[in-house]
Amino acid sequence: MSWLHITILLPFIFAMAVPYIYKKFTPRIHTGWFVLIIPLLIVAYLITFIPKISSGNTVSESVPWMPSYNINFTTHVDGLSLVFGLLISGIGALVILYSIYYMSKHREALHNFYVYLLLFMGAMLGVVFSDNIFVLYVFWELTSVSSFLLIAYWYEREKSRYGAQKSMLITIFGGLAMLAGFIMLAMMSDTYSIREMVSNAAIFPSQPLFIPAMILILIGAFTKSAQFPFSIWLPDAMEAPTPISAYLHSATMVKAGIYLVARLTPIFGGSSEWFWVVSGVGIITLLYGSVNAVRQTDLKALLAYSTISQLGLIMSLLGLGSASLYYKIGDDSSVYAIAIFAAIFHLVNHSTFKGCLFMVVGIIDHETGTRDIRRLGGLMHLMPISFTLTVIGSFAMAGIPPFNGFLSKEMFFTAVLNASKMTVFNVDYVMLFIPIVAWIASVFTFVYSMILVFKTFRGKNKPEKLGREVHEAPIGMLIPPLVLGSLVIVIFFFPNVLSQYLLKPALAAVLPTLAQAGELNVKVSAWHGWNAELFMTIGVIGIGTLMYVYLKKWYRIYRIYPDELTLNNFYNLSLETVENMSRLFTNRYMTGFIRDYLVYIFLFIILLTCGTMWVFDGFYFDPSNDAPVNLFEAGLMIAMVITALSVLFSKNRLTSIVTVGGLGFLVSFFFVLFRAPDLALTQLVVETVTTALFLLCFYHLPQLRKEISTVRFKAVNAIISIGVGMVVTIVALSANGNRVFESISGYYENSYELAGAKNIVNAILVDFRGFDTMLEILVLTIAGLGVYTLIKLRIAGRDQNEETK
Amino acid sequence: MIQGILLCSLTFLSFAIFVTVFRLVKGPTALDRVQALDALGINLISGVAIFSVFIRSTGFFEVILLIGILSFIGTIAFARFIERGVVIERNQSD
Repeated sequence: MSWLHITILLPFIFAMAVPYIYKKFTPRIHTGWFVLIIPLLIVAYLITFIPKISSGNTVSESVPWMPSYNINFTTHVDGLSLVFGLLISGIGALVILYSIYYMSKHREALHNFYVYLLLFMGAMLGVVFSDNIFVLYVFWELTSVSSFLLIAYWYEREKSRYGAQKSMLITIFGGLAMLAGFIMLAMMSDTYSIREMVSNAAIFPSQPLFIPAMILILIGAFTKSAQFPFSIWLPDAMEAPTPISAYLHSATMVKAGIYLVARLTPIFGGSSEWFWVVSGVGIITLLYGSVNAVRQTDLKALLAYSTISQLGLIMSLLGLGSASLYYKIGDDSSVYAIAIFAAIFHLVNHSTFKGCLFMVVGIIDHETGTRDIRRLGGLMHLMPISFTLTVIGSFAMAGIPPFNGFLSKEMFFTAVLNASKMTVFNVDYVMLFIPIVAWIASVFTFVYSMILVFKTFRGKNKPEKLGREVHEAPIGMLIPPLVLGSLVIVIFFFPNVLSQYLLKPALAAVLPTLAQAGELNVKVSAWHGWNAELFMTIGVIGIGTLMYVYLKKWYRIYRIYPDELTLNNFYNLSLETVENMSRLFTNRYMTGFIRDYLVYIFLFIILLTCGTMWVFDGFYFDPSNDAPVNLFEAGLMIAMVITALSVLFSKNRLTSIVTVGGLGFLVSFFFVLFRAPDLALTQLVVETVTTALFLLCFYHLPQLRKEISTVRFKAVNAIISIGVGMVVTIVALSANGNRVFESISGYYENSYELAGAKNIVNAILVDFRGFDTMLEILVLTIAGLGVYTLIKLRIAGRDQNEETK
Repeated sequence: MIQGILLCSLTFLSFAIFVTVFRLVKGPTALDRVQALDALGINLISGVAIFSVFIRSTGFFEVILLIGILSFIGTIAFARFIERGVVIERNQSD
């Protein structure tokens, strides 16, 4: 157990202590102050790794968990996981600080909140630091579960429960698909360690499971990272408290899928399927999210769609960058490696500005009581600090200098322009569309960023719609977004510091083969001359401004698109349809009639037995071992058949009983003929007792229904009963013909020497196999007690019912 | 000689059983059937007896006695049911 493991487990351990702390200190001290220590400790510990990682080393520790199954809790720190680890713990600390001021210590169930939050934090750290795929999966599911709990934090609201259920269904669906993909990966590579898979990456592409594993793992990554068409859960997850939205649904959890794609790029990258699926889905998500964000009126919904769009951007960059693995080593590869670098860079940038924006929206909500754009306006003079922070965040999101979003957006344009010149993977002219789509999406990004700033803070103040005095938030609430906002600017001016210490090791982790060859020398600069990217950005700003100004003119386009065709509607409809269909199906075959279930059972027996016989050619008829048939045996047989048929066709119940009794007598005579005196004796007694019991039952048949009727004829029942009879006959004949071994009855023949008994049957019953007899006695006892209890209880119950009346 | 006679009588007996079964199946009333059942028991007694001689075994003599008793009990049970509607009556004190 190393310090690294303790770091990952620390949130879980502390989560256990949170309820006690809450009980002891509430309402004097906000529970969040105690929780805040945990992420600060983790950040401090993780920072110590930076020198080691930036010089190109990695750290890994292993603790056995299930050694016999080769499942060990192996942690591995390289550039990529360190970037994520710092994001998780750093933004986690800021979010907890923010939540101390956001969540009321009097009204809210803070112990629940912080337990869920710490669970999530530990799970997320586990995801990024795990090297064993199954341990990674365990933490992955823990993030889904804790996210579910956090979305439904205000569980008394219906929309919270709806959003939580939706996100649960979608992310767990993806998680299970991912597990299947992981198992396929393990089967192909014969190891559970991601590092070992990466080092043997060359063996994968030729395997038949390569494509299925890739698709399944990508489903997991896409559902978690809200890619098209699995993005629908993210806007509904906005019912969570705002610190949670800021933390989970912008900065960390939704990037778990990005992490997974980046982590597995060395394995799958270089194949055209991976390139097409990842970048294609990313581009579609980018466009879909940005176009939909413009129409939102709720600030958090707008931010949710913008998150979807930005995640699509990062995903498409990872896809485009995977092309560099195709070229192995050379100049071309480092051209495409820029895309991967841009992805990691934008990931960090997005976490900073989106976290900041969510916190500001939370402040607005907290101070004005609404998040509806139509009711907000003119807050600039009332909330100057929030306004400044919104400008920083939104302009970074739109890609305007001097904010960090500008740098990553420029690199994004570089990457798509490089991609359009691509000649591999049979791309032809399709790649020309990618820069165009990316540019259009950027214009929409610009428009909704402007909506976020100007619709909220400019224009007329509408105090009558808000109904309260609006003022700036307390300073404690402003510190976390201020930290993030200043990071946005710092990263713009000093991108190479971040790049040198964190992003380059991360890039080396995504593209290990290129890193070993020393091909990765990416440099970020705020100014890189008059090139195509800069003109594209200028175009975005120009067209975007025009579109924002004339927003009212073209906003109507959104109304053309019918609500019935949205993904959400499709999801709801499919859920409803599945429920209805399964209910219909169940009601259809679960009729409640025993005779129907018997039909299913017998049909299944016929199908299974006949099918097996058919497939294995099992029917075999061999009369050579059969004994000769006497005349009177044949006569008795015919008499039995007639009696049995007359039971079926008898007109009343008494006839049936009498004929069944006759059948029993005949059977006992068969026992005599086949030399079984004990069986004959028992058969006779049982037959008589059964007949007497039937007669007893008849007396108790209800008065009203006492109608004497024949058995109604049904063709299906007749066919099935004849089928069952034939199947049993065929099986008996085949079994008789296929006698493989000699009977063991020779052993029992010397029962007198072994057990001192001359009657073999009795010796077997009480001596050789006495256990069976004992349990049969038990069966009879239980039956007797059961009958006694049934009769007694029935009488008692009837009396009680009569009394209550 | 004696074996042939025994086989012959067994065959005739199975013919008798056939005829009794015909009455059992045909009816027409329940009383006919109960009587046929009783006769079937008697047929079986003689059948078991002849068969015991045929295979020279004493193992089936209990069966003969038991058929006698049970066929009597069965017939009585049916008779009571047809006569009174119940097989076992409750005590007067109930």
